[in-house]
Formats: sequence, C-alpha cells, structure tokens
Amino acid sequence: MGPVHQGNNYIGPGATPSLTSSGHPASFQGQLSPPPAQQQVALPPGSQVPPPANNLNGLCAQPSLPPIARQDGIPGPVSPNPNLQQLSAQASGPGYHPQQSNCGPQMAGSQLSYPGAFSGGPAHLSGPQQKKLDPDSIPSPIQVIENDKASRGGQIYATNARGQVPPLVTTDCVIHDQGHASPRYIRCTTYCFPLSSDMAKQARIPLAAVIQPFAVIPPNETPLYVVNHGETGPIRCNRCKAYMCPFMQFIEGGRRYQCGFCNCVNDVPPFFFQHLDHTGQRVDHYERPELSLGSYEYVATLDYCRNNKPPKPPAYIFMIDVSYRNIKSGLVKLICDELKTLLDKLPREEQEESSAIQVGFVTYNKVLHFFNVKSSLAQPQMMVVSDVGEVFVPLLDGFLVNFQDSRSVVINLLDQIPEMFADTNESETIFAPVIQAGMEALKAAECAGKLFIFHSSLPTAEAPGKLRNRDDKKILNTDKEKTLFQPQVNSYEPLARDCVAHGCCVNLFLFPNQYVDIASMGLVTLYTGGTLYKYNNFQLDADSPRFLSDLRKDIEKKTGFDAIMRVRTSTGFRATDFFGAIYMNNTTDVEMAAVDCDKAVTVEFKHDDKLNEDSGALIQCAVLYTSISGQRRLLIHNIGLNCSSQLADVYKSCETDALINFFAKSAFKAILSQPLKMVREMLMNHTAHMLACYRKNCASPSAVSQLVLPDAMKVLPVYMNCLSKSCVLVGRPEIPTDERAYYRQLVTSMGVADTQLFFYPQLLPVNSLDLKSDAIPAALRCSEERLSEGGAFLLTNGLIMFLWLGVNVPPELIQGLFNVPSFAHINAEATSLPDLDNPYSKKFKSVLKHIQNQKPYAMKFMIVKQKEQPEMLFQQFLVEDKSIYGGASYVDFLCCVHKEICQLLR
Amino acid sequence: MATYLEFIQQNEERDGVRFSWNVWPSSRLEATRMVVPLACLLTPLKERPDLPPVQYEPVLCSRPTCKAVLNPLCQVDYRAKLWACNFCFQRNQFPPAYAGISEVNQPAELMPQFSTIEYIVQRGPQTPLIFLYVVDTCLEEEDLQALKESLQMSLSLLPSDALVGLITFGRMIQVHELSCEGISKSYVFRGTKDLTAKQIQDMLGLSRPAVPIQQGRPLQTPEQPAISSRFLQPVHKVDMNLTDLLGELQRDPWPVTQGKRPLRSTGVALSIAVGLLEGTFPNTGARIMLFTGGPPTQGPGMVVGDELKTPIRSWHDIEKDNARFMKKATKHYETLANRAAANGHCIDIYACALDQTGLLEMKCCANLTGGHMVMGDSFNTSLFKQTFQRVFNKGFNGEFRMAFGACLDVKTSRELKIAGAIGPCISLNAKGPCVSESELGIGGTSQWKICSLDPSTTLAIYFEVVNQHNAPIPQGGRGAVQFVTQYQHSSTQKRIRVTTIARNWADAQSQLQHIEAAFDQEAAAVLMARLGVYRAESEEGPDVLRWLDRQLIRLCQKFGQYSKDDPNSFRLSESFSLYPQFMFHLRRSPFLQVFNNSPDESSYYRHHFARQDLTQSLIMIQPILYAYSFHGPPEPVLLDSSSILPDRILLMDTFFQIVIYLGETIAQWQKAGYQEMPEYENFKHLLQAPLDDAQEILQTRFPMPRYIHTEHGGSQARFLLSKVNPSQTHNNLYAWGQESGAPILTDDVSLQVFMDHLKKLAVSSAA
Repeated sequence: MGPVHQGNNYIGPGATPSLTSSGHPASFQGQLSPPPAQQQVALPPGSQVPPPANNLNGLCAQPSLPPIARQDGIPGPVSPNPNLQQLSAQASGPGYHPQQSNCGPQMAGSQLSYPGAFSGGPAHLSGPQQKKLDPDSIPSPIQVIENDKASRGGQIYATNARGQVPPLVTTDCVIHDQGHASPRYIRCTTYCFPLSSDMAKQARIPLAAVIQPFAVIPPNETPLYVVNHGETGPIRCNRCKAYMCPFMQFIEGGRRYQCGFCNCVNDVPPFFFQHLDHTGQRVDHYERPELSLGSYEYVATLDYCRNNKPPKPPAYIFMIDVSYRNIKSGLVKLICDELKTLLDKLPREEQEESSAIQVGFVTYNKVLHFFNVKSSLAQPQMMVVSDVGEVFVPLLDGFLVNFQDSRSVVINLLDQIPEMFADTNESETIFAPVIQAGMEALKAAECAGKLFIFHSSLPTAEAPGKLRNRDDKKILNTDKEKTLFQPQVNSYEPLARDCVAHGCCVNLFLFPNQYVDIASMGLVTLYTGGTLYKYNNFQLDADSPRFLSDLRKDIEKKTGFDAIMRVRTSTGFRATDFFGAIYMNNTTDVEMAAVDCDKAVTVEFKHDDKLNEDSGALIQCAVLYTSISGQRRLLIHNIGLNCSSQLADVYKSCETDALINFFAKSAFKAILSQPLKMVREMLMNHTAHMLACYRKNCASPSAVSQLVLPDAMKVLPVYMNCLSKSCVLVGRPEIPTDERAYYRQLVTSMGVADTQLFFYPQLLPVNSLDLKSDAIPAALRCSEERLSEGGAFLLTNGLIMFLWLGVNVPPELIQGLFNVPSFAHINAEATSLPDLDNPYSKKFKSVLKHIQNQKPYAMKFMIVKQKEQPEMLFQQFLVEDKSIYGGASYVDFLCCVHKEICQLLR
Repeated sequence: MATYLEFIQQNEERDGVRFSWNVWPSSRLEATRMVVPLACLLTPLKERPDLPPVQYEPVLCSRPTCKAVLNPLCQVDYRAKLWACNFCFQRNQFPPAYAGISEVNQPAELMPQFSTIEYIVQRGPQTPLIFLYVVDTCLEEEDLQALKESLQMSLSLLPSDALVGLITFGRMIQVHELSCEGISKSYVFRGTKDLTAKQIQDMLGLSRPAVPIQQGRPLQTPEQPAISSRFLQPVHKVDMNLTDLLGELQRDPWPVTQGKRPLRSTGVALSIAVGLLEGTFPNTGARIMLFTGGPPTQGPGMVVGDELKTPIRSWHDIEKDNARFMKKATKHYETLANRAAANGHCIDIYACALDQTGLLEMKCCANLTGGHMVMGDSFNTSLFKQTFQRVFNKGFNGEFRMAFGACLDVKTSRELKIAGAIGPCISLNAKGPCVSESELGIGGTSQWKICSLDPSTTLAIYFEVVNQHNAPIPQGGRGAVQFVTQYQHSSTQKRIRVTTIARNWADAQSQLQHIEAAFDQEAAAVLMARLGVYRAESEEGPDVLRWLDRQLIRLCQKFGQYSKDDPNSFRLSESFSLYPQFMFHLRRSPFLQVFNNSPDESSYYRHHFARQDLTQSLIMIQPILYAYSFHGPPEPVLLDSSSILPDRILLMDTFFQIVIYLGETIAQWQKAGYQEMPEYENFKHLLQAPLDDAQEILQTRFPMPRYIHTEHGGSQARFLLSKVNPSQTHNNLYAWGQESGAPILTDDVSLQVFMDHLKKLAVSSAA
C-alpha cells in the first residue's frame, strides 16, 4: 500500500465562534446547525495503489474513523434567523436551477446570499463569546502542499498515461514527456471528465485547461523538438485538421491512420510511411517527436504565413514618455542608460550569433518623436509627428534597425534623449496615438513585434484616447461599479483589435502617482498579450532595481509573436470559452499579438455529446507563431484525459489550483457585466454546489450536518475565500481603483502557479531558517496566529514581499539582516536589505532570490514592523484571517459553505 | 516722328512707363473708338542708377480720399507755403520742414526731372529677408545631388542676416528645425491630409498667446525669436548646420513599386510652408522656393494619380473635361497663393522634370505672388543651376535685384479712371473715386499688391477716359497719373517710389493726327497681347484669336487710309506699320496657341509674358533673328523662312530659347573642319560670332533660356522653323522658285496671306 493520506476531520462551523481579532456579523452567530465533518480518506492522485475492495465505485476510499464530536458538545440548533432562512429558501427553492450554475462570464441566476462577508465594515462580535474552532483542524493548504512535496517532490513524473493527475504546482519534480504535454504547459481542472453533460451539470465542476504554451522548461528537462517536414509542412487530419500526434492510430500496416480527434481515416503521406511492429506501433515511433511526445514544434510552411510571405524577424520599439515628470524623476535617463546594455541581450535563437530582432525608438509627450538611427548616419535624426489625431509613421528606412549595425547611432541617441528634453515643461501626454504609432511602424515594416511603453500619467492631451479622471468612490458597490473595469472611451478596443491584427504586442510600464485609469490604458496591453508593469510613486533609488529587473526579464523573455492558438478536442466536447491576455475575433481562434512564457490561457470545455470511456477526452493545442528569429512555427501540445461515468472519479482527479485559476479568470471577466456582489455569491454558490454534489453522490452516508470534502478539493474553500475577498472583487474606498484593475488584468493572464501564490501567499518563517541547508523552510498558513512577536516572517504573493518583524525579534537576526543593533533602529522605509557577509543575510538573500527567480514580476520589497502603520497593508495578505475590508475569515467562510451545502442537500 | 520716339524713349528711361497713346483722346466715346485702350506698361522698380533716394517722408495731399504725393505737376504758392494737389485740387499746407522753400530752393520732388523719385522711410520694424526652401526628395539620385549642391551654393549668396528655413517633402513632409544642436530634428506631416493654417501652426508649436507686434517696437524682443527661430534661422548662424543637413538629404525612402509614380505631396508641403510663414512672419517679405521634380501625386493639390499608366492631363484632356484632378488642385493652389499674397509672401516654383509637373495647377502660386517660375528638364542642367543662381543676382549698387511686399497705388486726374492691371499682382480691393466700373484685367481697385518684384517686373495698367463727349477738354490740357509704390527693399528698408506723369489731351475729331502720331505701337502690341493672354486663361483659344483679329481690323479701319472695298489702296501710317505684324506673330505664339505645347508649358510661357518689360515682351511676341555671313557684318533679318539661307548662320532669340542655326553650306564647311585650318580663320570667327552674341544674351536673361545649337536638317532646327513666317511652304515652294530660303512644312498662313486678308477685311464696307 502506498501512503494513505488522511483528510482532516473537524467540527462543523456552527459552533465556531469567530476569531477574536476580527468579529463577524452577529446575524451569523449560532444559527447554523454544526454538522460534524466526515473524514475522507482518499488515495493520492496518480498513485498506483489499487483501490480497496470494499469501495463501491472503486475509487473513493471509505472513511475509517468515526466523526469527531463537536468540541463544545452542543448540538447545532437551527437558529431561527429570518434573514438567513429567507435567503436559504431562495437558494434551494424551486427557483433554483442547477443548469444556471456554470460559472462562465454570465454568472446569472445565483440567488445565494453570502452572509458571512461584506456586510459593511468590520463588525464586532455581539453574541456571547463562543469557543474558538481550532484552525489546525480545518484543511490546511500548507499541509496539502507539503504532503504533495513529500510524496512526489524531487521525483520523475512521466506523462505516459492518460488522465494522470500531476504533482501540485508547488512541488518540484522532473517531468518526462512521454506522450502527453507536461503539466508546465497544460494543467486541467480535472483529469477525468464526466462522461455526459448531465453528469457535468450535476457536478458543476468546471472542465477547463490552463495552457501556458511557452512555459519555461527547467534545464534538466528536454527542450522542445522541432519537426521539419520541409515544403510539405505538418501532417494534418484531412477532416478536423488536427496535427500529427501520439493520438493518431496507424492502421492497415501503416498506410493509413485514424485521427484520434474526429476518427477520420487518412492516408499516410508517402514520405511519412513506416511499417508497424507487432503491437501495431510504428517502427519509428520513438524517433519521431510527433508520434511519441506530448509537446513539440513544427516548422511551418508559407501557407501558415501572413500573405504567404516568410515573416521578418520581430521588432522591439521603445516608446518613452518624456514629459516633465519622467524627466524630473530621472526615469528617462535611467531607461536610456539601461537600454544601452540591455540591447545587447535581446533574445536570439541558440544557434545564432546575434539577435535578429530589430529595434526602434520613439519618445513622446503631447507629440511623438521618431528617431532615424540608420547605421549610415553620423547622428540620429529626430522626426516629430504632431498630428496626433491621425498618427502615421514618418519614416521607414532607419526606424527599425539591427542594434549591432547601428550601435554607435543608437548609443548616441540614448545619450542625447535625456539632455534633449532636459528643460521640457510639457506635462500633458498622449497615449492611444503612441500605441497607434508603434503599430503603424510595425505594419509598415511588415513585421510583428513588441512595444515597450514607459508612461507615467493620465493621457489628458487633446488626442484620440484622451482620458479624464473618472475614479468615483461613490459608485463602489453599486451596479455601476463594473464600469470602473471597462475602458472609459471606446477608442481603445478598436486599437487593440488593429494591434492584434498586425501582431503588435504592447508592453506597458506605468509609473503613476495618481489615478491613471488602468482599465482603459491597460486594455490594449491585455488584448495583445502584453504585460502591464506598475510602479506607484516611482522613486528612482527605491524602485529602479525592481523596474530594471522587470524590464530586463521582459526583454529577454521567450516569446512567440503574431500567434494564433487553436484548441482541438476529440468528439463529444469542445472548447467554449477562453480567458487570458488574448483577443478573439471568432469563437475558435485565439489571437495573441505575442505570447510569452508567463502567459497562460484558460480554456473551458463543454460537452456536446457523450464521451467514451475508452477513447477518453483528447485535447490538442496548436499555437502558430513567429519565433524571435522570424521563423514561422507551430507549437503543439497534446494531452489526453480520462472519462468516467462515476462522479467520484471526476472528483478524485480534480486539481484545486487549476480550479482557482479558472474561477479567478472567469469571475474577473464576469465583473465586467455583473455586480460584484453577484459574482461573489456565484463563487460561493458554485463552491457549495460542487461540494454538495460530492457529498450526495460520492461520499459515504453520514450525518447531514457533517462537512465532507473530497480529498482533491480539500482546500478549495480556503482558496475560494481568498479569491472572493481579493481586492478586485471587493469595492472599498480604501482600495485604489487602479490597483483593482491592475490585479484584474494580471490575473487574467496568469498561469496556475502564479494564481496559486497570488491568492494564497507564501508565508515563510525567517527566524527559523536553517542556515546550513539550501532548503526553503516549510511555509506557514497565512494567519496572524502563525506570527509571533519573537519571529520574522517573509510573506510573498508574487508581486509584493513583506518582511514582517515581531517586536521581539532576536537581535542577532536583526544585526544579521539589517546590520543595526535593535528593532528600533530598523528603517522600515528601506526597499532592500544590505548585502552583508554573515550567514543570516546570505541565507535570507538566497531565499529571496529563489522565490524571485520563479516569478515573472520583480516583487516589491517592504519591511513591516509589528504594530506600526504598514501592518494594516500586510494584514490584508493574511488571507485566512478576516480581512479589514470585510472579507470573511477561512473559518467563517467554511461555515458558510457548509451551511449552503446543508441547504442544497436538504 | 522722331520726336515722339525720343519722347517715348525718354519717358521710359526716366519713369519706366510706356503708354499706348501718348496724346489722350479727350472723351470716353473717342477713346473707345481708338480700339487700343489707353493703357501703360509700368516697371515700378526700373533701375535708375542716376536716382539717389531721398531720406525723408513724402508729402501727401491732405484729402483723405486722395493722399496723392507732392510732385512737379503741382502748383505751388511759395509765399503762402501752399501747394495744390493736381489730382483733387485740394490746397495743402507744406509741413514745417518745408518752411525754407522758394522758387530757387525747391525740394527735389518739385523739380521736373524728378517726375520719378524714391523715398526711404522709417516705418515699422525692419525684418530680415526670409527664404524658405521647399524641396522635393522624390528625385533621381543625380538630380537630387545637383539640387543639393545648388541649394548649398545658394546659402553663400544670401545676405548673412537673412532667415532661412527648409521643408523637404516626398510621401511625407518634413519641416526641419534648424536651431538645435546635436540631433537634427524635423516635424513630419502626412502628405494626404489637408491641414488648416491653425492646425499647422498648432502642430509646429507656433501658436501661443499672440503677442501683437507693436509698430516701431524692435522685433527682436528676447521672447520673440523662440517661436520662429526653430524653423527660420539667420544664415550666418546655421550655415554649417544647413549645409550638412542638405548634404545628408536622402531620396524619399518610401518604396515606389514598378509602374507607379513616387508619392509626392507638393500640395501639403506648400500649404505647410505658407502656414509656417503666415504664423511667424505675416506682412514681411519672404520667399517660398519650391523645388519639385514631378507632379503632385497625392493629397490635396494632386495633379495625377500614382499609376504610371494614366498619363498626366494634356490640353486634349482638358478640352474634353477629362482632367479629373485639375479643378480641385487649381483651387487648392489658388487658396494658398491668395493666403501667401495676403501676407506678402511670394512663392517661386522651380520645376525640373522631363514630363509635366503640374505647373498649370500651381501657376497661380507664382502668378499671384510675383514669384518666379522656372521650368527645366533636370536640376542637373546649367539651365536650372544658372537660373537659380541668377535669382540672387545683385544690381548696380551691390543690392539684390529683388524687392518684397510692394503695394502699388495709382491715382488719376478726374477725367481718367482705372480699369485694371495685368501682371504678377493681386487686388487690394481699394475702391475709390478713380476706380472704373468696367474692368480690364484685375480691376475694381486702385491698389495692387506685388509680393515680389525685381527691376524688370512690369505691370500693364489699363485706364478708361471718363470725360463725356460734350465736356470741354480738361483744364490745363493735361491728364496726370501718379504711381506710388511702397515696398520693402532688399536691404530691408521701406521705400516709396513715386512716379507722376502727364500727357496732353486732344480732341480726337479735330486732332486725330496728333493722337495717331503719338501711338506707341510696341507698347500697344504688348498691352493688347497681355489682354489677350489674360483672356486666354479663362476663355477658349479661338475666341481670343477672333477677338484679337476683330480689334486689329477695327484699328486698321480706324487708322488706315484706304478707299472702300479696295484692298490695294490700304495704307497704314508709320506709327502703326509694325502693329499688324506683331499681331500676326502673337497669334502664332505659344501664349495663345496650345497646339504642340503641354498645359505646363503654356502656363510657363504665359507666366513670363505677364511680367516681363516691353523689350522682352516684344521678343517673346516676335523673336529676333540675326544673320551672320561673309557678306557683311551681322544684321537683323526678317523672321521669315526666306532668311534661312545655306551660307548664313542664324541666331534666333525667342526669350525662352536661343537658337543658333548653321545654314546648309556652313554646316558642311564645319563638318569638313575648315575652321581648324589656319587659312580659314575667318570662318572660325564667323562660327564664333553668334556664340559670343548668344553668350551675351544668356548672361542677362532670367530665366536662363534654353540654348540650342543646331544646323540645317538638324532635329532641333524645328525651334527655328516653327517661329519664322512660313512664306515658303511645301504648298507654294515651286511658285516661288528655288533661289532662296527653306520651305516650311506647315499649313499655317504666312504673314503675306494674313496681311492680304487683313486689308480685305479692313476696307470692306460690310465689316
């Protein structure tokens, strides 16, 4: 028997008093019957252990322990709370249709209330003090992560079987592609699809895949093979156009093959013919990546190119806002100085000597300045375009150049730009025309590319895309709140469409010190697969390392340009919804002006027929793109999932991290059209529904009041709570609107690992670092209870890092990290720690580096001293606690979910 | 009659004025019967080395509607210190400065020899001259190189304090900023978008809260330069920069696909140039110099599409109303020309291309603003290079032969009114008592603006006698006209030149012979020609010819001596004798005949005809032909095919072309190389003589004529053959015998036939 993992067994929340630190609404108190939770024992996913014989469905282990009694021993009375009763009645009454429950962009139909949260400001406990629920008794995300690490960390995970549940994103392991795409590329919400749509509707488990097509592969794994069939191009099924892959079945001695997606029988092209061996497998099976691997690339032929012409290498255009503020803050000089060295590091194909990427330069304030940096010139030439109403590119030859060829002219230019505008007093800027200009330049040069826009203020100059400050706190929590996430003028959407059509990706570096309307300004970035970077109140000393690191990383990133993605599925289901930094012109083609290694697209699938248990559910994701050297390629990822008529199988194969990614993206999309309250309720309802369905169909009979969680979804409630109290979904005047729009945008393109960390930050005890080993200490649960006055803790969510210092931190740690004698001497303003030659500092720095390395954004580093002002900000990230903005604590949320489940089961 | 010729010549030398009639018919009715209108050719800035300008303000008549300048024709009461205006008879006090005048101590303006006088006045700020180069970059490499060199060279010819600016255009328009150190900077405009003056100024960052330039305040306030200086800089400051900038100019980099013309945005480029000057230096002398190597092919003002397969419009297309861009383009350039003229800026067009460049559409830019129009085959020809150099020629006293922003004000005595003017000017719409209701040329005003003029610029001014038939001959027996020209001298001084002339009245019934004798047939021919050409711009060619013919016949009827219906009895007096011949050649000239000329060429010829002085105009109407032979010294010969003899070398000057034509024998001798042999040195000299004479003409002519050296049977000989009177053609060759001349293959009527018809019609009682 393999390791058996026990689910937590704990007491229903009805008896749970709220945490003392932050009370929750009085109406919630004592109303719920506290059902004892049932312990669920499940096999670890993917383990080779045969199921116990007594298991009815063969997949779900039976609970072996009796339910633990409530700690207070009081049976949960159904308290006569009229408010709740009414709401609950609505929820479970005849008006409730399970069909309405799919969590797409239209999250309509939810009537469920969510009484635990957001009923105004922090409410204080009004009821009698009740005994506290032991937080250790409720499922711990940390425990789940650590268990997975312990069982699968450091091992080899081979993708040789259909429907395997991969290790968690937090677990380090080596992945061998043996016919299915690595989980680095594709993760699914469940690796076993319900057989029919009825089943799917019953369970309401979203069927989705999170695809990160260009994900970075660690050096110890095999990089992608490139298949080149010359002028013939990739081999595709005649009917469904799926590309040759391991799912194709060769028949008739290898002369024909049957498509695994549409079952069409195709002839094998003569050049591709190969005999079959006695098992029916081609003799060259292992020699051809497209027959044996889940992921590989094809070299595309001219048919796959724009206008049937081979693409040119992409271009990077640097567009710098040279208005007064950027000059004064020293930003312009910083950028120019950095570019001088950075341009040597433009990405290139491994076999090439220098990068094929062309570069161009534009500066702007109220007008645009283009620069001619042709290598034959002695001096760069500036061309001013002041017709911002109808921007055009003033030059063709000499705008986009090879940096190596034009090095001296470019360096000359970068030297001069800060001086040229040194005495500018222009404070107004334009924005849409800047993007337009970059796009036109790429269009004129007939190449794809990326714009790097460095911008700092709301574009108020008279021009298309002019914006005004519309940040209105009064519309928070009203039906109009959604408008804050929509662009304020409608010129940005057509612009984004044009950009995508011409393969122009827009990377936006924002340096705002007030509202800049990210919902409008970031729109083009979002639609074109670009990245938005934001540095509030940029200070040269404090923020430039972070900015420069982001810039370097972005420039060097592996990127595919002018990309189009198509997700093909085997019969019975199809991709219906796509979420990410993408643009959809029709319902099937996912267009991305560029897609880099950190961008993930979440694809939702729906049944259109019954699936087949034997053939499973196959997914092929093909990305046609232009490489950094200007080669047109096809990147193919294949993954096969199981199908089952047993819901328990489905639940067993779920992956909570992927689910959260899906829920986050769909909720963040839904807020464009629905009130936030409804979206939050929807999340709650969906959670309850999935769990209730499990309880009803898969779990062994137990008391209704017991909360039963499937093993794979054990931590779903805590994650769902984190999501629904994330600042995007919570309108509070204290939270800047831009911040919400910014996070919304970031999450939309995040992969599973990033969303996991973003919604459930990592809290590391710094005081217990093992100075001798390289290991990162085990994380702690994000709750204030886990902090201690005598400790120091590092909290990070992928964007920001806090170093929390208790008042009684050991002085040697303070000395070691800060080189100051005591807690009082620590400068909380510092944005980095000094490099000191002592084990504490070295170890801490290496931890920081380790965390940072895996993340796309350079994290902002903040020092929080216990009981000082910034602690408020820090506390928001202790996601298991009740949020100061009214979000429920984990425990409260769990109670609430449980109550919903009870309602549903009744 | 020698006296009248002398009189005319004297007057021309002194005043730069030639009247069609030097004795004026005293009534409206009589005047109309004279057929040729009472009119004059005025050369406002005729070079007068002997006339030193005076350094004080002119004295003006105090009547607000008159304001005539004190002149030798005024009656002066020296004791009372009063003077009577000879135009409105207002009695005026002399200003205090004139307290010391007496019969023996007269100010210059009262002396008869100072009927033309020039004042230097201190008025307004002095602004340096402004030259704005507008350069087409859609040229062949060679052409562009030559143009760049010419432009660089021109910098050394400009006065060192002159402001200079540079706009280049192709598919886009670049306005170059000249002030900046380091990176060269330019503002770029799309060539397809018509921008308003306001937009252009906004986009160039020129519009700022307008600080009105107060009169008399020095212009160079510390703030003032900042606006304009970015684009217009003193030559001495940016000499090096600009030379480099010009040196680095590249051909328009946008790709031109096979079968297409390059996209050339001349219309917008000019619009920006006009807008730039309008915003920075209104009412200051400035030259926009457009150098273009082809037709505008996009945006407002486009003349032809970029498809090479559609050729540029021809006269044929225009007649068939098939020139789809012409009207719109013409309108665009007209608007620009009027705006430039309103601000006193002139536009030169230097168009060098083998095909047409759209001069037809753009002509008004030069015509209305007094700018130059130069047409050549390539910038890499001496024709262009020398012409361009000559723009910056200096006069006798080392001053540029160009003046700016002139305003010509004409005042007449009561019996006379002003009907209009024809020349490189626009109306200032100054209505007044001396403005006639009937218009000839640009009428309805007594003032015209001439944005740019040089010492040869000549306007035709037409008058109308308004004295009624029964009214007595005006008092004093003389009518007077005063021309007051205020202008900006090339030294940036403001100057006023005043010319006052008077002519006798005569009763046409009793004193017709006086009037007849005082007829200036050369002036009359040019004045009539200008009217004809002016009409030809708006009317159908045949209509104009018919009108000219009718006028000629009427003139002959009026002044010829003949018996009715007897053509052989017809005689014309000496003062009219040449006139019909001028008309014959005028009818054949490219100014009225469009056959064999492109619309651009017609526009070009007409442009020059409307601004040159009398002598040059006559050459244009009737080219001069000189013959060189061993039979005697070089002599002028008839412009007739009979002058083309084998043993002659002919030199023809048509103003636009200088043709040297070697007769058949001469050409054979030359081929045999006799000129190389010492014993035939005289032949060498004979060959050399016309070359030297041609060189002399070439030296002074602006624009440089096309220089053609050809011989009997040479293809270029057509230039000569098309000009001479076809007295011998293939039709009558055998009738004439073989003894001389060369037959011309034409169906055109010869002068002889023309005269025969003229006589017949003149004497016909039916007419």
